[in-house]
Amino acid sequence: MDIFAQQLVNGLVLGSVYALVALGYTLVYGIMELINFAHGEITMMGAMIALAVIGALFGVAPDLPGVVIVATGLLVAIPACMLLGFTIERVAYRPLRHAPRLAPLITAIGLSIVLQNVAMLIWGKQYIAFPTTLLPQGRHEVLGASITDVQIVILILTVAIMAGLVTLINRTRLGRAMRATAQAPSVAQLMGVNVNAVISATFVIGSGLAAVAGVMVSANYGQAHYYMGFLLGLKAFSAAVLGGIGNLAGAMLGGILLGVIEALGAGYIGDLTGGFLGSNYQDIFAFMVLILVLTLKPSGLLGSKSVERA
Amino acid sequence: MKSPLLTISLAVALGLGLTACGDKKEGAADGGNGTVKIGQSSPLTGPQAHIGKDNDNGARMAIDEINASKPVIGGKPVTFEIMSEDDQADPKTATIVAQRLVDEGVVGVIGHLNSGATIPTSKVYSDNDIPQISPSATAIKYTAQGFKTAYRVMTNDAQQGKVLGAYAAKLGKKVAIIDDQTAYGQGLAEEVGKAVQAAGAEVVATEHTNDKASDFTAILTSIKGKTPDVVFFGGMDPQGAPMVKQMHQLGMNVQFLGGDGIQTPKFIELAGADADGVIASMPGLPLDKMPKGPDFQKKFEAKYGQIQLYAPYAYDAAYVMVDAMKRADSTAPAKYLPELANTNYEGVTGKISFDAKGDLTSGPITLYKAQGGKWETLETVQPQ
Repeated sequence: MDIFAQQLVNGLVLGSVYALVALGYTLVYGIMELINFAHGEITMMGAMIALAVIGALFGVAPDLPGVVIVATGLLVAIPACMLLGFTIERVAYRPLRHAPRLAPLITAIGLSIVLQNVAMLIWGKQYIAFPTTLLPQGRHEVLGASITDVQIVILILTVAIMAGLVTLINRTRLGRAMRATAQAPSVAQLMGVNVNAVISATFVIGSGLAAVAGVMVSANYGQAHYYMGFLLGLKAFSAAVLGGIGNLAGAMLGGILLGVIEALGAGYIGDLTGGFLGSNYQDIFAFMVLILVLTLKPSGLLGSKSVERA
Repeated sequence: MKSPLLTISLAVALGLGLTACGDKKEGAADGGNGTVKIGQSSPLTGPQAHIGKDNDNGARMAIDEINASKPVIGGKPVTFEIMSEDDQADPKTATIVAQRLVDEGVVGVIGHLNSGATIPTSKVYSDNDIPQISPSATAIKYTAQGFKTAYRVMTNDAQQGKVLGAYAAKLGKKVAIIDDQTAYGQGLAEEVGKAVQAAGAEVVATEHTNDKASDFTAILTSIKGKTPDVVFFGGMDPQGAPMVKQMHQLGMNVQFLGGDGIQTPKFIELAGADADGVIASMPGLPLDKMPKGPDFQKKFEAKYGQIQLYAPYAYDAAYVMVDAMKRADSTAPAKYLPELANTNYEGVTGKISFDAKGDLTSGPITLYKAQGGKWETLETVQPQ
């Protein structure tokens, strides 16, 4: 087996999940320049809701094919998270839209703590097992690297979602409205764009993506937990910043890059430094790259020239 | 406008990473007539909350039983009350809640769960002369600091690590070691590493992760390249389960070995079919081999549900503490502390007596193998 190829695969899978969550951060930031810190928690909610549905369905109809059960869980989790995202924007962010910028940021952090605690009250403090037997357990050897069926689905789904999103932004009426709102909300409104509806739609789309990412993570690692969204959200946020926040392709690139850097860093740092630095430095490695990129190119790798606003 | 906002956001995000959220305080009690407060501290929120709550339940059950027996100490009827504090398995939070317990006037503390939380708090309790019995802290350092107040009813890592290391060397000549960088995980891993080498086997890799991680593919891949026969993990079940899963995903058919942190029902639930074949140790005897184990299990499960991990030890710790108070005929810490050293108690987990440092004098260790969704007993080893 080729260790380097395997580390690349590890990084790609990890990075795909980061990228999917990062898309949610970047979408919202692109439209309204708000870091939605509650986004990681929406991912967690998606995983928890899907698991609850999967568990219930498995209890009622254990004979259904596993893929159908998991798909049903996903199909319930997506609209549930969309509704959650819609409500959050409506209740917590919209009243603060013209407030100083720190206010919605603090609200977002508060919301993420609230969501964590709500999840803890509903599902308890324990880790919840994802019944991995429901999904195909196949393992393939590609170019000397081992990859599972679930991981292949994660990679394909991430690319498909990314492509769909780019099409949505660039080719549809809604996408045009979103771009217009991002540039100048007041002018867009004067031109007949329903800014409130566009912002709501952004949150709904981002939350739907978060739900997909949440289910992917819990399927890949076989577990979910009320705290899982925190670190994931932090890494995804960093990925979005690395790629250039507000830029869709940047979120994708940032996510994949962060995943690969983490995998290669953790895999090789020990051997390269002769054991002086161990794999415990894997997170530091990723954040060092982030700091380096931001120092040299503050807008991120693919960051577009920021639209100056009054 | 953009850059300062981003800077603030980053600072906030990184800051959040360092502090834990959700501090929760259990209701404080008044020190009314005849009420004696005993502290209990373990993580009641966060990834290890299920194990922390298990300790809490164990101590509560003991105290409820003791209260029901209407104890009389120093000529007065006494009612004990458990004051629980959430230490979040975090050393910083733990010292804060330890101080809070001291301020609330507890006469003794059952806790903490994690070695990482127990070691820094032992100084707080020692400074205030409050006896402390940890049900589950296994790090050697806890009782090696020379504090008169530090006791535990659990075999320590040196004893456990020796057994595990010797066992790993028996399973194969090349051993890879992973730890979660906590006082418990790293301490145990170091002891295992020493014992592996002492037994003539080789440590081919030493890798580290943390107690919040869920992706270990990178370090496992690096380990795979060194073709070990055994992978040892010093850490807890929320990391151990995905780790063994990912080992299999990477096509590593290597024996997975762990300490008491992964010898839980939760580990098997989380790892599913991947748990099969995993070997883990647990200080003490298996529950069904403990003198009063089956009885305890029945009582506990009727009240709180399945035992997670250390509940019998927390239960014994509470009994040992009250036992010392009864023999001293006083609930005053200064009076009953000397009696704690003379403990000779037949608990659920076995015979409990302490050496000069506060460690158990006898500590058997049992090895288990996960098989078909259950931990089957392999063998019990008496450390030398």
